Amino acid sequence: MSDLTKLTLKGAVDGLRAKDFSSAEITHAFLTNIEAANPTLNAYVEVTADKAMDMARASDARIAAGQGGALEGAPLGIKDLFCTEGVQTTAGSNMLRGFVPPYESTVTANLWRDGAVMLGKLNMDEFAMGSSNETSAFGPVVNPWKSANSNAELTPGGSSGGSASAVAADLCLAATASDTGGSIRQPAAFTGTVGIKPTYGRASRFGMVAFASSLDQAGPITKTVEDAALLLRSMCSFDAKDSTSLDIPTPDWTQSVGKSVKGLRIGVPREYVVDGMPAEIQALWDQGVAWLKDAGCEIVEISLPHTKYALPTYYIVAPAEASSNLARYDGMRFGHRAEEFKSLDDLYATSRAEGFGKEVQRRLTIGAYVLSAGFYDAYYVKALKVRRRIAEDFDNVWGQVDAILTPSTPSAAFALGDKQIDPLTMYLNDVFTVTTNLAGLPGISVPAGVDAGGLPLGLQVIGKALDEATVFQVGAALERAAGFTAKPGKWW
Amino acid sequence: MAIDAATVRKVAHLARIKTPEDRLEPLAQELNGILAWIEQLDQVDVEGVEPMTSNVAQPLRLREDVVTDGDKIDAVLSNAPKSADGFFVVPKVVE
Repeated sequence: MSDLTKLTLKGAVDGLRAKDFSSAEITHAFLTNIEAANPTLNAYVEVTADKAMDMARASDARIAAGQGGALEGAPLGIKDLFCTEGVQTTAGSNMLRGFVPPYESTVTANLWRDGAVMLGKLNMDEFAMGSSNETSAFGPVVNPWKSANSNAELTPGGSSGGSASAVAADLCLAATASDTGGSIRQPAAFTGTVGIKPTYGRASRFGMVAFASSLDQAGPITKTVEDAALLLRSMCSFDAKDSTSLDIPTPDWTQSVGKSVKGLRIGVPREYVVDGMPAEIQALWDQGVAWLKDAGCEIVEISLPHTKYALPTYYIVAPAEASSNLARYDGMRFGHRAEEFKSLDDLYATSRAEGFGKEVQRRLTIGAYVLSAGFYDAYYVKALKVRRRIAEDFDNVWGQVDAILTPSTPSAAFALGDKQIDPLTMYLNDVFTVTTNLAGLPGISVPAGVDAGGLPLGLQVIGKALDEATVFQVGAALERAAGFTAKPGKWW
Repeated sequence: MAIDAATVRKVAHLARIKTPEDRLEPLAQELNGILAWIEQLDQVDVEGVEPMTSNVAQPLRLREDVVTDGDKIDAVLSNAPKSADGFFVVPKVVE
């Protein structure tokens, strides 16, 4: 039998439905891959092998009975930020080591409703705060890709590094992920995979460990644009348990994949040319423009004048919201509690100092500072005003364009340890992705080429709010034109 | 608005994160670096701009003020560092 783990999600779902192979077979094949690869790649923090096989056999029974949902029997990896009933959920933090949720996140509940099989929980930056997976309490994830010019182990990006690495290394058919400033799209770009963050409010945040609630949004990391359309549809739903969930129908986005892009107007924002951007990123972007032009798109130069303010805005808004959200970790009702303490305040402070890693502590400190008396207006309120300016930039161009094309990241994957010294250098990873979080817009990263060392590079398509259809349509056109088929050589 | 070690001590207390004395100065430097970078926001004219707190245009939904869930004492306590007789057990904090 051919290697089932190389299949796309769509290919696997079709094969399962046609009874070409069973869910037990493909699930077992993935568990075998994980066992061999995980000691090196560290993509999974927990493998739920027995549960996976039970779910697979239940799927096979449903398929045999002529039943089954849209993802019936498909083995997936779940970012360890989604609460899974009875299965440890840590968000990559010592604070939550041993935390076993007694409830299921809405996103994952939707996947099980549609018949998916859970292989395990995927590693991530602690509380999704990071761009290289190095802030995880479980150690960094390693990118299955290596540069032709070096033997260094590379980051898969972050915070959804485990998701991206697992998909790229065939350790699952597809994975759930989440994106607060670029945490789906940057790892997808670094690993030659597809990642989409939908419009804010499409996917329920219930049962997702919170980072910055006005920015956090779930989405998939997959091998193809069609797979992303398929998986995102299952993940999204209206949910009364999330006050910002949108009560609107979820379209069948697979219908948009393969549709002609002729006549679509594509914006190219001049402010996305950043200082020090490698020539190959500019070349890839130019190539993307040429592909879409060839496919019949009209290319329109646009201006998003507040782009350069997006990252500093984000680094006020996100830590401020995190400082509020993570106040819940007080060591009383769940999470880590210190053994030694002198007073109640000391118990809180010691539990949090022991439970949180360095980057989380740094961001919580910034958050507390920008929200503190005397600085609230100068920093936090100011950032919220600039945030509106950034969102208005997009509103102002939607009359002229149907979608926007940008690079996904300012570089290819970098070596683990390379950007640890200076937090600001690390933050710049999100320069192209963070604007859509602030504005709530959908954005997809599609693998479109490689750098001089053969490492994957991604292009990003940004769409209007709720217009994932056009994002998938343009993303699929780029995927077709790029014909990106490179896979990492197996060295692990 | 440069941050000094005393400010870091105060903010770390607000954030309830125990920070050793010898970490205050390095942290102050790190935060100053980040805040100096953030201060470019002062270049933006935000005169008359409403702060944007949400991406969602719709007003928050209301529902009937009735109990919709509950009676799950075991589930609620299942992750407690310590519990007894249906209660969270916390260290003695009042003398």
